[in-house]
Parts: sequence; C-alpha cells; structure tokens
Amino acid sequence: MIKNITNLGDTALYCDFGDEVNSEINSNVISVFNILKDEKIEGIVNLAPSYNKLIVSFDLDVINYQKVRDLIKNLEIKKKIEIENKTIEIPICLDNEFQLDLKRLEEITKMSTSEIYKIFFSKKYFCYMTGFIAGMPFMGDVDIRLQSKRLETPRIKVPKGSIGITEKFCNIYTFESPGGWNIIGNTPIEIFNKNKQNQPVLINPGNKVKFYEISKTEYDKY
Amino acid sequence: MTNTKNNFFSIIRPGTNTTYQDLGRKNLNHIGLPVGGAMDIRNYKLANSLLSDDSETLIEFAYQGPLLKFNGKEVKFAITGNVNFKIIRSKETEIGECYRSYNLKDGDQIDIISVLNSVYGYLAVEGGFQTDLSFGSSSTNTNARVGGNNGKKISNANQIILNNKNSNNFTKKLNYMNSKIEYIRVIKATNYNYFTDISKNDFFTKEFTVSKFSDRMGMRLSGPVIKNNVSTNIRSEGIIKGVIQIPSDGSPIIMLSDHGTIGGYPKIASVISADFDKVSQLPPGSKIKFEEITLKDAENLYNLYNLETQNLINQINQI
Repeated sequence: MIKNITNLGDTALYCDFGDEVNSEINSNVISVFNILKDEKIEGIVNLAPSYNKLIVSFDLDVINYQKVRDLIKNLEIKKKIEIENKTIEIPICLDNEFQLDLKRLEEITKMSTSEIYKIFFSKKYFCYMTGFIAGMPFMGDVDIRLQSKRLETPRIKVPKGSIGITEKFCNIYTFESPGGWNIIGNTPIEIFNKNKQNQPVLINPGNKVKFYEISKTEYDKY
Repeated sequence: MTNTKNNFFSIIRPGTNTTYQDLGRKNLNHIGLPVGGAMDIRNYKLANSLLSDDSETLIEFAYQGPLLKFNGKEVKFAITGNVNFKIIRSKETEIGECYRSYNLKDGDQIDIISVLNSVYGYLAVEGGFQTDLSFGSSSTNTNARVGGNNGKKISNANQIILNNKNSNNFTKKLNYMNSKIEYIRVIKATNYNYFTDISKNDFFTKEFTVSKFSDRMGMRLSGPVIKNNVSTNIRSEGIIKGVIQIPSDGSPIIMLSDHGTIGGYPKIASVISADFDKVSQLPPGSKIKFEEITLKDAENLYNLYNLETQNLINQINQI
C-alpha cells in the first residue's frame, strides 16, 4: 500500500501512497493511519493523514527514523480496515451575508446562483483529511462544473463556519482564519469542540457529508 | 476558578504575547492540532528545575513581558531566557537575574521589562499555575482556542492563580548564558528537487534575515528569492515543526510550535530538532545561514543537546 518511505526532518516518516487523489488511495492512507493508531507503538507521537500521504512523527528521545521505518515495513497491513461509512448532515445558511464569493463563482461557472447551489447540494462529499486548523475537513469531489481556483489574494479573515470550495474540494472553516477558498455559505454547527475530548471533531476522514439548506431564522436559533 | 485561598498575581500590564505553556499535546495532528508547547524547551526545563523537578505549566512571554503584583503567602519564582526584569518590593527595587530563584512576598511586583536580543522568556513559580487543560495540556494555542486561559493570551481581565505549595525550597542558581544561532542546521526535505540549481545553491550559501512576520506559528525569512521550476503548490499534506516551506513568493517560512498541521507549499528542508530552541529565539532582523547535515548527524546532535540540557540542570546550585 505504501509506495515509498523517506524521512521528513529528524522526527518524522513521510509515507507516500501514490500521486493521485482519489478515494481508493485515500482509503489506503486512512487504513494505515487506523492500524498505527490502534498499534500504539511506543515513541510514535503523531499521525497526520492527508489525501495520499501519511506523516508519522516520533519522539527522538525514544526511537529514531530507522527503527520506526523497520517497524512500519514489518507491520502486517492486512486487508483494508472497513472505514466507518457514515453520513453526517450539515446545515448551511445561504443568506446574502454568507455568500462572500458567489458573484465570482457565477462569473467563473457562467451559471446562476440557483444552478450553482442545485449542483452543490446534489451529492455527498467524502472527507479526505482533517487539519490545517483544528477540525477543518477537506472534502470532495466537487462537481467539475463548479471547480474554480483560489482567490488571487486570500482573505485575512474568513468567518468561522464558512463553507468554501476550490478546485475539486470543499471545506468548512472551523475557526476564523486566513484563507483563499470561495465562500458560498455558513454553518452554525460547531465542528470542533474541545470539551468533547474523546471525539472533538464532528467530521473525520472517511466520513461522508451531506449539506442541506436552512433559513436565516433557523440559523439564528442554533 | 478564583479561589481566595490561593496565591495569585494581579495583572498590571499583560505584556505583548503572554501565554501559559507546558510541553504540549500529542496524537492530535490528525484533527488539526499541532503539539504546541514552549517555544524554547531548554529554557522551559531550566525554569522548572530552578524550583522543583516537576514539569509544570509556566508563563511564556515575548518581547515585552507582564508586570505582575503578587498576592498571598510567600512563594519562589524564577525567570529564564535573556530577560531584563526587576522585583519591586515595599522598601527597595532589585534588578533581577535570570537563572536564579527569588522569594516573593505579599504586595511584591515583578516587572518583566523586555527580552534582550531574543524573543521568549519564561516565568515559573513553585507549585505551578492553575490553568485550564485541553487534551491534557495547558499549552495555549490561540488559533484553536485550546489550553490555558481558555485558549487566549493573558490579558488585563485575567488573574493568574497559583497552586498552593509551601515555600521550603532553597534558593537556587545556575550560571548560564544563551548563545545566538548563526548557522541553522537542516536536512533536505521531500521537495528539495523542485527548486532551481541556483536557488538550491543560494539556500545553502546566502544570508537570510528573520522578518517581523514571525510568531508562535512560524518564522518568515527574507533574502534571495528561492525559485521553483516544478510547481509552487503541492497537494496539501501533513507538516511538522521545523519544516521550511517555500510559498510562491520564494521567501522561506519555518514552521514553529503552533504551525498549521497541513501545508500545500513545497518543502525545501527541515530544521534539526537540536536547533529548534535557538531558532525560536531569533528576533526580527537576525541574520542566519542554513547548513546541510545528514540525518545521522542530526540524531547525534539531538543526543548532545539533551546531554547539555541535563548537564545544565545538574549544575543548578543552592546558594
């Protein structure tokens, strides 16, 4: 499953699963991530799965690159672990104040607002990875008709809860943060909750997300 | 949280970037949380060791530190780093020395005026501070709003509560001077070959300057533009502390304790662990160069760094 392993700095392994971004390669990443998480190998202190890579960080006081590499190479990666295939429903409010980049998208896609939303809401999105900021899900694949580049000049502050799209991906800004994705709406749902220490993140890699529209009145009730 | 029986500091001036820190939190990169923790781990350890052997939460400050008034029963404190501070007592004002523990009595003030030719300093008290924990750590990450003080910098609105502990330690001292790093040792990283031959050569031979756009997340450098001849973006993937990313403007960014857990810029190199503390302490305007070493050397240098830290802890004397 892992195509190549190299070092990243002196405290991490860089595991490459291939060049493509698709749900099959990503499922391989998540399988190895889940196996390593369950193995609880002494000295491994962090795992960062992404579309097609897995970064395994270790504590240099306990173990080193060569030893972790040998452990992972000898780890029997049996058949893929079934990834929990649950669908999470996320409400989005499309009120004007939340449609920061809709004008831009209308120009790029040559479609009307209602067509854009119809396409966006018509499918479920697969969560490839979580991160950058706490709890932020990177999901795909957005319909080819809606694909657009990042803003040329990223916003200094994207409001918390913003739903953004760029290329074939969509995400949710779990905190106010700088960012360059095209913002189409906002969710009142708390995606990252530090008080739920065992399950602080609502959307995990491998989950599917179905968005649905709510009114501003409903939004304000959350 | 306020408990009138506990010792506490009232905050007269919070300082520019004053936060609770410990050694950070593990196994959360996959949900978007970096390890975090003290930027200068050696100085964190020395501050705690001057008071006890425990790894406690302490206060990290940057540039200008806080002015604090102590309220309660006698307690000891110590400051580490390269810090200009004074202790204002009812009858006298004493110029403070770093790497030495002092007694504080009710009404005494600590004025942490500035950090000299560096960025971070540490204030530790006997028994540690009473703070919020997130995922078992007090380390404040203001981006994710986790850790001490509900994930925020310490401000005038707060009070700093101390854990109760009897003051029966001896006064302790260490002779130590921080040195500034000039050559940052790095290992080539996964996208090294994305860059032009001239830029690869520039990276290891020319001088870079630390820019003012540096904080607990990362440090931006200016210098020769590092040109890319493959792609200025890669598929977003996990990154770690020490990674040097080159965004499309060609100016390196070194990832520090509170870095984003995912990055989409090519990685040219990664700072070795033995140099993290000293890199974190580089103030804007500092001139540095990068030096390439092997992974094996990096591991040996980390062991040496640990031995040096342990030697310093062993050299702490009663006075």
